[in-house]
Parts: sequence; structure tokens; C-alpha cells
Amino acid sequence: MQHIEFDTKWTMVVDIDKCTGCGACMVSCQAENNIAPMEQGSNKLKTLTWLLVYELNNGKDFPNREVAYLPRPCMQCGHPACVPVCPVVATTKDEEGGIVSQIYPRCIGCRYCMAACPYHARYFGWLDPVWPGGMDKALSPTTSTRPRGVVEKCNFCHSRLLNARERARNEGMDPNKLPDGWYKPACLEGCPTGAISFGDSKNPEHKVHELIKDPNAFRILESIGMEPQVYYISRRDWVREQSDNHLAEDKH
Amino acid sequence: MDSNLFPEGVTRCGLPKFMLWLTLVSAVLLWGVYAAVQVFMYGIGVTGLDNYFGFGLWITFDLAVIALGAGAFFTGFLKYILKIDQLKNIVNLAVILGFLCYSGAMLILTMDIGQPIRAWFGYWHPNVHSMLTEVIFCITCYCTVLIIEFIPLVLEQKQLNKIPFLHHFAHHLHVNMALFAGIGTFLSTFHQGSLGGMYGVMFGRPYAYREGFFIWPWTFFLFVLSAVGSGPVFTVLVCTLIEKMTGKKLVEYKVKALMGKIAGTMLCVYMFFKIIDTWAWAVGYLPSVGLTFEQMFHGNIYGQWLLWTELGLCGILPAIMLISPAIKNNPSLLYTAAILDCIGISINRYVFTVQTIAIPVMPFDSWQMYAPNWAEWATSLMICAYGVLVLSLCYRYLPVFPQEVKLNKK
Ligand code: SF4
Ligand code: SF4
Repeated sequence: MQHIEFDTKWTMVVDIDKCTGCGACMVSCQAENNIAPMEQGSNKLKTLTWLLVYELNNGKDFPNREVAYLPRPCMQCGHPACVPVCPVVATTKDEEGGIVSQIYPRCIGCRYCMAACPYHARYFGWLDPVWPGGMDKALSPTTSTRPRGVVEKCNFCHSRLLNARERARNEGMDPNKLPDGWYKPACLEGCPTGAISFGDSKNPEHKVHELIKDPNAFRILESIGMEPQVYYISRRDWVREQSDNHLAEDKH
Repeated sequence: MDSNLFPEGVTRCGLPKFMLWLTLVSAVLLWGVYAAVQVFMYGIGVTGLDNYFGFGLWITFDLAVIALGAGAFFTGFLKYILKIDQLKNIVNLAVILGFLCYSGAMLILTMDIGQPIRAWFGYWHPNVHSMLTEVIFCITCYCTVLIIEFIPLVLEQKQLNKIPFLHHFAHHLHVNMALFAGIGTFLSTFHQGSLGGMYGVMFGRPYAYREGFFIWPWTFFLFVLSAVGSGPVFTVLVCTLIEKMTGKKLVEYKVKALMGKIAGTMLCVYMFFKIIDTWAWAVGYLPSVGLTFEQMFHGNIYGQWLLWTELGLCGILPAIMLISPAIKNNPSLLYTAAILDCIGISINRYVFTVQTIAIPVMPFDSWQMYAPNWAEWATSLMICAYGVLVLSLCYRYLPVFPQEVKLNKK
């Protein structure tokens, strides 16, 4: 499949050295995107966690042990594994900005996309969503809720992009050239340490344009060639080494 | 009591005994129906599947029965297109089994997809790049072809066949059977292949990903070959099982040995390519993405023993057994080889489904375990029970085995 490029490339950069693993991004994401709380939350493998924070460690024992936290949204891959496999075009990457969309009313719930995505970024609605105790009154009005039986995933809070574009139109600006900081996903806003940056990596006026050139910036699984639009930064070698599978002989 | 419904000249067990048998089978069926109702009412959250294992027992079961059901299209192809006449003695059973395997797989799929009422979207919004679209098209069309191939057999039931219209209708369908066998072969080959292709194109999953030929990864061809290398002997096994249970001879041993030889030959071809494929994958592709062969296996349930069993004990061994005349002509050895062959193909479908997604691809991820729960077992067994039920009725009331009368003359 050919690699799709647009003039705008919405990009997230996460500074792992700043992330404390507090999980505020996860909570912001749940609230923003109307993800129903699990009735039985003990089975972590059946939850809907569009953004998941992984714990990494350097493999050493105390007192030399170090940990790092890696938040993982959907990577909005430039060469997504999930898109070509979907039998019904429920997921596509065709909008300016390169966000991989998910059309819930079209998804048949075959879960082929979940099998294809090595980042485990896709989640299936295993059970009916239940909104306990009047929680339904606090749902985000701009985001749809999903029935059970469809696959969902992070879309960089797409509704916020639509809002930002509308604001630009109202102010007589080009909706396809948003100024830095006009479009912010919920996880970024929720993050207390400022570990998350977001913007158009093709626009030199956006901070992420420079950030992704940082010598310590990396993406996960570069060798498979999926061209993620999510970058990570860490000044620690052992963290960067866990970004991809390296054979013993080419470990640096 | 129902003896005037039996095929011409045969004997069957008494009705009460048959009813008892049907009751036992129906009990299993009902348990499955109960599970299916749960799945439809509360969603597939009631199964053991989870975010890692979107594919599990159901898909494995589907792929395995579809491969084993390949006896239908391949036997039909050999009988009607290549005109190997001897196969007429077993082709009816092959068609019934094919029909049961395919319709069973489709029933499972309606449960397996999260939105069963949208199943037809595959036709309405097809994604031409998706191997699954090809599967949806071919599987539904082929199931229709199997129904068309099955109908004349039903119409040949002694009482039905007395009705002139039905008699002529069945006759016309028979005359055109070569056409349907041809269409069936085309459809079935393609979707057996695209089932393999489904895994082979997942470039994010190093266990399954394969380069290939045009748009088809190698697994496309390997799946077709493995299906024709096992389908015919599965038909033989089922036939033998019915013989053992009813105490009758239904198909001449010569025909079974021929089916064994055909499957054996195809299995040899398959094993040849499968071994090359495995080798190229282990030493070429895996290192290119920074992985080693050893990393593809873990503990017992994902151990290398699965691969060696699949390739050696259940691959090379039955392939050699099925093509050596001395072994092939010994019934118990032929059946042993057939069982090994079917097990090997099922292991293959299992590892492609489960092992593929259990492997941690991100370096900081870990191996995941999957255990199907009662709802998946019950529904899968329900499909088996459905098969047994229909097969029992067919055996009792339809002229499935043309040689039965001759072989059982006292
Ligand atoms: S991370 Fe997974 S779900 Fe997201 S675009 Fe890539 S392949 Fe698709
Ligand atoms: S689960 Fe939905 S989005 Fe995923 S491949 Fe199937 S139809 Fe497409």
C-alpha cells in the first residue's frame, strides 16, 4: 500500500523523561471521549483504554532499577496496518492531517484491525456501555458514544480538531493552517508535567516541527515501517533501546 | 416405522434407537444454542476473547473446518472436471460435509462479528484491498453453490423422487453439476487462499507476515495446498466413522485409498513449500525486523513443539505414509495417517490465529495467554452437533452411498 502524505501532519511528541506515569492523560481521554466505566474493571484486557500508559524498566534489580512510563495512544500510522485489512472501509486515513478515522456505524466488529495492529491501539466494545448514576448527563456533547460490538480507538480527539477549524473559520483564518496550540487533544491538557506536545510537524511554526528532530526522539517499531505520527523523546539509552527489536549483534 | 423413507434396498436401525441418538446430539446442540443466545443478548464480552485476542477459538475452529471441508470442492473438481469416475462413490458425502463445514463456519461467524446485522456490509462497502472482503464474497457464494449441489441429493429421497417435477428438477441439476463444481472450485480455491492471505498480509505481526507473489503472500498458496492435502482424508475419516457406528460397509476401500493418495500427493507438495517458507521466514524475514526464531515461541502452550509436531509428526510423516502404496493399502495405517494429517492442519490454523497475536511485538510488551471459555466451547460444539444431526438424517433417509447395497449383500 502506498504511503499517504498530506500537507498537514498532526503529530504527538511525548517526553518520556517528563512522564511520571500518573495516568491523568488516560482519565482525560476517557472523559473526553465518553468511554463508559467498566462494570467489572478487574479484567484489564476487556477495558476500553484508548490511551494506555506502559511501564518500562531497565531490567536491573534494586537499587539500580529505573522505570519509565510510556503513554500509547493510536499512532495514526503513515502506513497503517489496520486500514488495508478492514473489509468494509470502516477505518481510513484520508483526511488532511493524517488522522486514522474509525466510522462506528459502519464497523461490523470483525476485529481484523485489532489483530493487525501491533501497538494494541484498537479496542473492542465487548459489552454494552453502562452509564451509572446520572453519569450520562455529563457526557461530552461533541463526541459520539459507541454501541457494543464495534472497534474503537484514539483519534487524537478529532472533535477538538473540528472545533479548532470552526474557530479559525469564524476568525477569518485558513482552517487548514491552524496556529500552534489551537488544537489540543484532551490528554495533553490533562498532563500535569507537560510531557505531551502536539501540533503539525510539517509546519515550521509549530513546536513539534523541531521536537521530532531531537537526536533523542524515536518512534516505536521503526523497522516494521509503519511510520507512526507519535514520537517519543528520552535521554536515557535503555529507554530508546526498547523502541524496537534489535538483534543482539546490532544492539548499540 | 419410517422404513418406507429409507433409500432403496438398505436397512437401518429401529426408530427408537435412532431417536435416542438424536436426543443425545440435540442435548449438546441445545447447550450451544443457550450459549449463542447469551452471546447475542449480552455481546461477545461473555466469551474468553479480549483486547489482545480478538481472534480465538471461533476463528481457529472456522479455519480448521473450512480446510477439512475442502474435500467437497476438491473431490467435486476431480470427479466432475477431471472425470475420475471412482470418486462418484464418495462425492455425495464430500458435498454434505462441505456444506456442513461451510454453513457451520458461517453460523459461528455471525456470532463472532460484533454487529451481526451488518454482516452484509462486506458487499455494500467492500474494501478491495482487504483479504477478508474476498473471504466474505467467496464464502457466501460458495455456500450457495454447496446448497445447489446438496439439493439434488435431497430430492433423490425415495418418496420425494416419485414426484415428477422434483425428479426432473434433480435430474437437470445433476446434468449441470460439472458447471457448479467448476464454480465451486474457483470460489473455494480463492477463499481458502484468502484465509491464508488474511494472516500473511499482517505486516505488524512477524509470526504471520509473509512476502509473496503480486498481492498474495505465500500463506495464500500454502492454505490452498494444505486444505486440499487434508480435506479428502477428512471425508474418508468421517465415512469410516459412520461405517464403524452403523456396522455397514459404505464405500469400497479402493476409493478410500484413492482419496488418501490424492490427499497425500497434495500434502507432499504442501510440505515441500511449507518447509521452504518456514526456513525463509526464520533466517530471512525475522532477522530483518530484529527478531529471532526462538523469540517466536514461549513456554509450553506456545512452544516450538507445536511447529515440529505440525511439520514432522503431522506433516512429513502422514505425507509419506499416504503416498506409499504398502501403507495406503492397510486400513489402520491409512486412517492413522489421515488423523495425523487433519491434526497437523488444525495446529497450523491454531498457531496462525492464536500464536500470531500472543507474541509481543513491541519490545516492552509481554506474551499473552488465551483460554476459550464455556461460551466459545459450547457454540463450537453446537456446530459439531448440528453437523452430526444433519449427517445422521442424511445417512438414514438419503441415498448417499451408491455402493452400500452391493457391499452389504449377504
Ligand atoms: S497504531 Fe494501530 S490502530 Fe493506530 S493507525 Fe497504527 S495500525 Fe492503526
Ligand atoms: S472491526 Fe470494524 S474497523 Fe476493524 S476491520 Fe472489522 S469492520 Fe473494520
